[in-house]
Amino acid sequence: MSDVAMLQGQAAALFRRKRLTAFAVPAVILVYFGYIFFAFDIAGLASRAQPANALTLASDMFSHKVHVTRSHRSGDIEYAVEGERKGRYPEGMRPDWVAEDGDATVLDLGEGYEVRILPGNTTEFDVPGHGTIVAQFDGSKVVTNLGDTPPDWVNASRTRVSITTDGGRVTITRSKTEIFNYFPGWELFWFTLESPYHGHGLFAILFGEQIDPERSNLAGAWNDFWHNPMWRHADVVWAIGETILMAFLGTFGGAILALPLAFMAAKRFAPIMALRFAMRRVFDFVRGVDALIWTIVLSRAFGPGPLTGALAILITDTGTFGKIFSEALENVDEKQIEGVSSTGAKPLQRYRFGVIPQVVPVLLSQVLYFLESNTRSATIIGAITGGGIGLLITQAIQTQKDWEEVAYYIVLIILMVIFMDWLSGVLRRRLIRGDSE
Amino acid sequence: MAEITAGAPTRVSDVQGHYMEMIQRKRLYGGLTLLIFIVLMVSGFMVADGRNAGGFWDGVDKIGDYPAAVLAEAWEKFFDLPGLMLKYFPALIETINIAAVSTLTGVLAGFVLAMLGTRGLAKWPRLIPVFRRITDVMRAVPEIVIALMLIFVLGGGPVPAVIAIAIHTAGAIGKLFSEVAENADLKPVEGLQSVGATWTQRILLGVLPQVAPNFLSYALLRFEINIRASAILGFVGAGGIGYELRNSMSWGPGRFDEAAAIFVLLFATIVFFDQVSSRYRNKLTEGQGQ
Repeated sequence: MSDVAMLQGQAAALFRRKRLTAFAVPAVILVYFGYIFFAFDIAGLASRAQPANALTLASDMFSHKVHVTRSHRSGDIEYAVEGERKGRYPEGMRPDWVAEDGDATVLDLGEGYEVRILPGNTTEFDVPGHGTIVAQFDGSKVVTNLGDTPPDWVNASRTRVSITTDGGRVTITRSKTEIFNYFPGWELFWFTLESPYHGHGLFAILFGEQIDPERSNLAGAWNDFWHNPMWRHADVVWAIGETILMAFLGTFGGAILALPLAFMAAKRFAPIMALRFAMRRVFDFVRGVDALIWTIVLSRAFGPGPLTGALAILITDTGTFGKIFSEALENVDEKQIEGVSSTGAKPLQRYRFGVIPQVVPVLLSQVLYFLESNTRSATIIGAITGGGIGLLITQAIQTQKDWEEVAYYIVLIILMVIFMDWLSGVLRRRLIRGDSE
Repeated sequence: MAEITAGAPTRVSDVQGHYMEMIQRKRLYGGLTLLIFIVLMVSGFMVADGRNAGGFWDGVDKIGDYPAAVLAEAWEKFFDLPGLMLKYFPALIETINIAAVSTLTGVLAGFVLAMLGTRGLAKWPRLIPVFRRITDVMRAVPEIVIALMLIFVLGGGPVPAVIAIAIHTAGAIGKLFSEVAENADLKPVEGLQSVGATWTQRILLGVLPQVAPNFLSYALLRFEINIRASAILGFVGAGGIGYELRNSMSWGPGRFDEAAAIFVLLFATIVFFDQVSSRYRNKLTEGQGQ
């Protein structure tokens, strides 16, 4: 009887304990999140965040704007994609939504929005549902017909008036009048406006008549696309190649370096305990120092560039591979080694024919796993040490205006990583299947 | 009988010939692969060397200079080090917090993604490819990209780093967990389904107990990786010890003791969590084997 009671008591206690942990673990996590809420100042985040930036970022990623700029000093009007010098329309060329009407230049922004650039630094803006806004820079200040209480989509002061509508944006300052017209898509991705091939479709280039008398269509189009000054396709492809190169050199270099060291750290092959212990601590140290610190140290010696990144990956991976390899070497089957040594093989031959065939598939598949993850690390290390696509994307982000380029690089990086993932998977499968044959 | 014995010698030599031919072909292929690999490595090294600001052979004897300068200065001001470490301890805590929060949220999100993307367990089996692609993309975007974009929107600080690391963690964990959950026994799930359990109940009561040790072990490994990632993100402006490291480095000689203190803190932290997590992971997987 007392046994049953005791067992019952034990079971009840066990249940109580389990129930307690079932509630305690989420509770601890909640308390931790509560602490984080204050430690990270989440409440203050709202005031620091800039939703306007988010809007710019999101809309710029898949759209572009064409700047129309009228200088107040000379009265000249200029058209440029994204306001960049490389995207400027050549002399005498202008977008098809711009028309000349006597003295006025008329910009049709679509959906009833229309801007007229008039002489005397005057600008008229038809806004559907509001009427016509007239703004003029009279030599000392900007005057509008909006009165003292402009609508909230107009930001007006003595020196600067900014009108933001769904159709486009108009900004008038002391020096110039600027009109931004937004369009979806990445403009000038294939050819810039200077190229004769701009505006021609793929079909026209491949099968149409010769566009540039000096060059064949295909060669000329390829040259203009490849050296597109705005999107710099050649540089971008180089950068991706550099990133993959860093990952490749780092991963395989690390593996080559780690293999002999792993033998020294494995119990079966290194009879001296001190050596084994020392090797293991070396691996731990190299891994513990971390790629970040290695990158810093190496970039002091080698300067920025892909080689520095490759060496940083190489050193960190030597530590990781050394640990993984030595563990794999401790698990090799003794029988094959005995068999090989029974034929009178010397130690080096024992390793070559008794050990290597056993471990190589395992080790290589590990190395290939790392190749994929190192491609991503190479992007990050490239941002620190200045090489590859990582550098390009951080530069594009830090200028805070070329978001369409950032979006382009992100797509390329995702494709690159997925490609390396696929490649390493294919090689690994081949390796495993090839061995079972 | 007679014909067999008569044909035997030629057959043996045939077989031998075939065997030698195969061996030779295998050697040739192996040799070619090795040759291509060596050519790739060497030419890759030359290209990387050429594109680098400083060459390999010029820099190789200078590797020790920077650590030596830092160490010498740290040794000179040895007694300041404990004070400096105390000064940077809050930044270290921030780095660890970033890693912890992003691991927690990333693992939870990755768990849900994994369950939705595993055959036999998914709530909407038709959407499995969709969730798998989402996981792939989340895993493929490097943390630094998301972090830098969020810094532009949210301003500097730990939150962009947390979100960036959590997204990547969710992608990585989603794939790993899904691979583990595919091997889970479906009988408890079917049993729960027969008594009318909802999808959430089936997952939490039928699948989770089977795979919990494995999942916890992966989560711990991820925490270890995320500490390193959070230090790196700090270096590009997301707060924590990495940020302090960059500041102290930009001051240059004379302030190397600060850099040394941060190096030591970072190193000690990584090694500490490395050891703790590998010990617990061994414990977890051992318990599974019994």
